[in-house]
Amino acid sequence: MLSLNNVHKSYITGSNSLHVLKGINLDVNQGEFVSIMGSSGSGKSTLLNILGILDSYEQGEYKLNGTLVKDMSEKKAAKFRNELVGFVFQSFNLISFKNAMENVALPLYYKGVGRKKRNKIAMEYLEKLGLAEWAEHMPNELSGGQKQRVAIARSLISKPKMILADEPTGALDTSTSYEVMEILKEINAEGITVIIVTHEHDIAAMTQKIIRLKDGVISEIIKNGDLQSFKHQYMKELETA
Amino acid sequence: MFDVDKWQEILSTIKKNKMRTFLTGFSVAWGIFMLMILLGSGNGLSRGVAENFKQDAVNAMWIWTGETSIPYQGLKKGRPVRFTNSDRELVKNLGGVDAASGRYFMGSTQYSFEGEYGEYTTISCHPDLKDVEQLILDEGRFINQVDIDKTRKVVVLGKDVYDGIFKEKEAIGEYVKISNIPFRVIGICREPGSTRNRSAWIPVSTAQKVFNGSNRLHSLAITIDGQTLAESQQIEDKIKNSIARKHRFDPKDDDALGMFNKLEAYLETMKIFQAITIFIWIIGVGTLIAGIVGVSNIMLIVVKERTKEIGIRKAIGASPASVVGLILLESILITTIAGYIGLILGTGLMEGINIIVEQSYEASMASNQGRGDSLFRNPTVDLNIAIASTVLLIVAGALAGYIPAKRAARIKPIVALRDE
Repeated sequence: MLSLNNVHKSYITGSNSLHVLKGINLDVNQGEFVSIMGSSGSGKSTLLNILGILDSYEQGEYKLNGTLVKDMSEKKAAKFRNELVGFVFQSFNLISFKNAMENVALPLYYKGVGRKKRNKIAMEYLEKLGLAEWAEHMPNELSGGQKQRVAIARSLISKPKMILADEPTGALDTSTSYEVMEILKEINAEGITVIIVTHEHDIAAMTQKIIRLKDGVISEIIKNGDLQSFKHQYMKELETA
Repeated sequence: MFDVDKWQEILSTIKKNKMRTFLTGFSVAWGIFMLMILLGSGNGLSRGVAENFKQDAVNAMWIWTGETSIPYQGLKKGRPVRFTNSDRELVKNLGGVDAASGRYFMGSTQYSFEGEYGEYTTISCHPDLKDVEQLILDEGRFINQVDIDKTRKVVVLGKDVYDGIFKEKEAIGEYVKISNIPFRVIGICREPGSTRNRSAWIPVSTAQKVFNGSNRLHSLAITIDGQTLAESQQIEDKIKNSIARKHRFDPKDDDALGMFNKLEAYLETMKIFQAITIFIWIIGVGTLIAGIVGVSNIMLIVVKERTKEIGIRKAIGASPASVVGLILLESILITTIAGYIGLILGTGLMEGINIIVEQSYEASMASNQGRGDSLFRNPTVDLNIAIASTVLLIVAGALAGYIPAKRAARIKPIVALRDE
């Protein structure tokens, strides 16, 4: 599905250069449920942005679905994002003056689907996420969990191969967070690759593979089978803290 | 471009910011409104003046004499040239000359009637002067050929002369004393486009016989049959050459013979109006540019405010072109609609003024025997200019949206989405 080969990324602010990613090597297969963890500043959001072609990188190679993604034109990147990737953000990023249904339908607009048809499809997705009766509501009339579900519906509507979620539960309380994670699991069960960035261990523990970033490099990859021990270790960490 | 969804997108953002959209649009509407008013006023003034010229016989010409300033055929300079009756005959018989009248100014003369006195200008003339100066007769008749032939002592009074010494009494047929000589009043008239009518006209033959005894004329007033400037100048040259030959002075001597050609003056004045029109366009377009800058400014703020939204759109697959289109179309929509409102209000106002002007013109026509009196006529803007303005507006809108749209296209979704 995607592979990263020695990817470097640094941010240049004035004369200072901040080396954020210092050679990332990563392979994610179709249908995996991956979480990226790490302390703040470890470069996890940057990595996700590169995966979503929202950001560029200087060195290395990033192949998405077999295509090398490097120095892509804005137009091509937009097309790739629209076709392959669905985004879910911590702050939901719904468009405030569009109602839930219109927000969900927006990616289809950029795909050139007619209004009636895309609203119908949007309704189907909202129904799937239990939000049918909220379709006409504006984002500010929805709760955090509802907003995130609308955002997930929006990310799904273009039938992407991969969902990228940046702290999808960061702004939600625990029970809502778990609900959202359940939804993401269901999506993953349908064969869509899901990659989330999180700093919450319990959330990460619900995924199949945890990638731990530390100072711009992958320090540890914990696979499905090891999750139990990871949980155990995490509990220990909590106890000592 | 004519994608319903795109328009719905734009309309929904406009609807969200009604006040801002209104203020933005207002500056453009004002620009076009001012342009229309300025152009309309310019047109009205130019048409009014053209009309006034026409009333005064555009093809009229006045000729007067002076002293020679160039030695000619052995005659030294400084020799006075004087018109006599024979000069009028000469000019009248030239091809291209329609009507010709001599004028002999007697200057200020005393008029009296039944104890009322007044000082007025007496002009002696031929019947043709009525046509040259397009005099408007309120009552009676003008001097005719019989008056000239029989050297009748008759007078046509100017309106102010009549008002001054007759005070609304019946004047036709009465005898008014001019320098103590009784003249019979045969008509009351006015000069077009003039507020002062303090002149009186008497037959030239009578004046020469009664007051002077000679056959002198001060000036000639003629109408010529020349439609274009070239034609009228040709006739002008012919007249000048004939008179120069008769009086033996150099035809190039401008001091010996003065000429005023109304057509030339008319065309000259119209040229001034062309300049005024250009000036008006510059001012109008300047006002419009102020509006455009306003729109551009607002659109920049819009882009700034919508940075996040644009970032989201880009993240979910909006191409830069679609973002540019969004901003550009919004800007064009605002300028075009607002400009159109300004256009309609501006032309509407000028049409309204036109109705009032025409009414007062009709009124003055009714009281003026079919000759209206107005400096302002038909102050409207024609359709071509309205269309040109509309095109200008669309271009303006595109121009106003261009820089903001460019900026919007450059927004990186990653920057826009960064949580602060």
